[in-house]
Amino acid sequence: MLERILYNLLQVAVVLAFAPLVEGVINRLKEMLQSKHGPSIFQPYRDIWKLLHKDEIVSEQSSWIFRAAPYVAFAAPVFVALLIPVLTSYPLFFAFMGDMLGGGFVLAFGGFFATLAAVDTANPYGPMGASRTRMVGFLAEPVFIIVFLTVSFVAGSTIPYIVQTRWVTPIANFFEPSHVLLMMAFLMLILAEDGRIPVDSPSGQFELAMIDRSKGLEYSGRGAALMKWAGAMKFFVLICIFLNVLVTPWGLAPDTAGPIGVLLAIPLVLLKIFGFVLVLVYIESSLAKLRLFRITEFLGAAFVTAVVAMITRLAEI
Amino acid sequence: MSGSPFPVIASLDALAGALFLLAALGVVATRQVLASLRLFILQSLLLAFSAVLLGIGLGSIHLLAVAVITIATKAMLIPWLLRRTLSAEVYRTREIERALNIPSSLLLSAILIMLAYVIANPLLAAVSAPFAAINLPLGIAVIFLGAITIAVRREAVPQMLGLLVVENGVFFAGIAIVPDLPVIAELAAAVDVPVIVLVIGLLTRQIYRRLGTTSVGRLAALREH
Repeated sequence: MLERILYNLLQVAVVLAFAPLVEGVINRLKEMLQSKHGPSIFQPYRDIWKLLHKDEIVSEQSSWIFRAAPYVAFAAPVFVALLIPVLTSYPLFFAFMGDMLGGGFVLAFGGFFATLAAVDTANPYGPMGASRTRMVGFLAEPVFIIVFLTVSFVAGSTIPYIVQTRWVTPIANFFEPSHVLLMMAFLMLILAEDGRIPVDSPSGQFELAMIDRSKGLEYSGRGAALMKWAGAMKFFVLICIFLNVLVTPWGLAPDTAGPIGVLLAIPLVLLKIFGFVLVLVYIESSLAKLRLFRITEFLGAAFVTAVVAMITRLAEI
Repeated sequence: MSGSPFPVIASLDALAGALFLLAALGVVATRQVLASLRLFILQSLLLAFSAVLLGIGLGSIHLLAVAVITIATKAMLIPWLLRRTLSAEVYRTREIERALNIPSSLLLSAILIMLAYVIANPLLAAVSAPFAAINLPLGIAVIFLGAITIAVRREAVPQMLGLLVVENGVFFAGIAIVPDLPVIAELAAAVDVPVIVLVIGLLTRQIYRRLGTTSVGRLAALREH
């Protein structure tokens, strides 16, 4: 009992500690692909450290929402990290507190507060980015629901720990058409939800073209650090759900492994994430950003992929 | 899948079928002629893959012949013919004019796929072939998607690709229901299809030379206004 609580807290610590590293590795790899040297992979840590020691300036026109939003956005992925399998393949202490839909709601709650805060300051770019984020969000929502529905239908449960074992036992299940299609749909969702390249440019500095990032423009000091960290953690959590539940639920610590197994799972999980990051960098470097109204088509394609996955599943092929 | 005697082959066949369907969706939705053509080639290769799997599963040499014919005609001969007859038109990267926007046509496709499963269910009760449960509904769905392609595209070459997708769908359903279809029938189809492509290709080239466009959707009106 006690060790399950400890492992659960360790999961949160892993998410907190390694989320900025993933972002740093992505940035470095992207620059390297463009034949540039690129920043150190530890640059996000330095950025967060620097921002934490700077003064914070808050507009006197803003309300409490603006001040509360970074904390809410920061708490949401930390909370979700309690629910999902990051290191272990068996349910931990808090696993039954919420299922995948619950986790999705918590993440959406953080995003909702960030959106409200962007509108709150009346900075002209904030509401624009906020409304665009909502547009992408409500197009992505039905896809999320269908993916989760299909996954839970197959496993007979919505708890991610139970779902993950179903898809790979026996290994022939991995090649089920519905599984492959769901992976594709979810990958497109991750790209959309995190503002990756076909949908949004994460490194763009041009406010008029921003979707996700313009929400954080008004923040400075600690607020900016928390928002940055929260964004990295949200991405980390999404990758963990994608890899550990849907794609490759291997390398996690089994029930019998004990504390050493759990610690050993950390490098294995990071290795898996590195593999995924390579794919992601390839996608981001080979595609161009879509025009705003073509995002509908991108997510429409994801939606149809998910629906086809559901149909093939329900028809029992 | 549980009723099938070959779980691994059935699983791989289902995967090929799902990708086959996805390629058909791509032909419906892509913006550019060249991408559309590439997806069609991919789809034909998946059809051949499925035929090989079924040939192994059912022990039918005919299906292996079908696979070879499919690869030879659809993946090699047809792209070559198109390149010869209307090279600039196909191989230029440009957007296709369409009657219905992409999200709507995709949603329509999703509805039609569901309809295909509804239609296939009573048919499956009559067919006892082991792989029909996978191939028949997907084949019917792809026939629908090809029809949708013809309906929403307004240009000659993409419409012809729709026709070929319908043809692929028929074969995909056919190889599971009648695995011992005489090779003569396959050969006849293999000759027919390139001739269709050749005729449409040459016709399109004439239209393009006369009018400077291939959007045959506009030819419905007699005079320009």
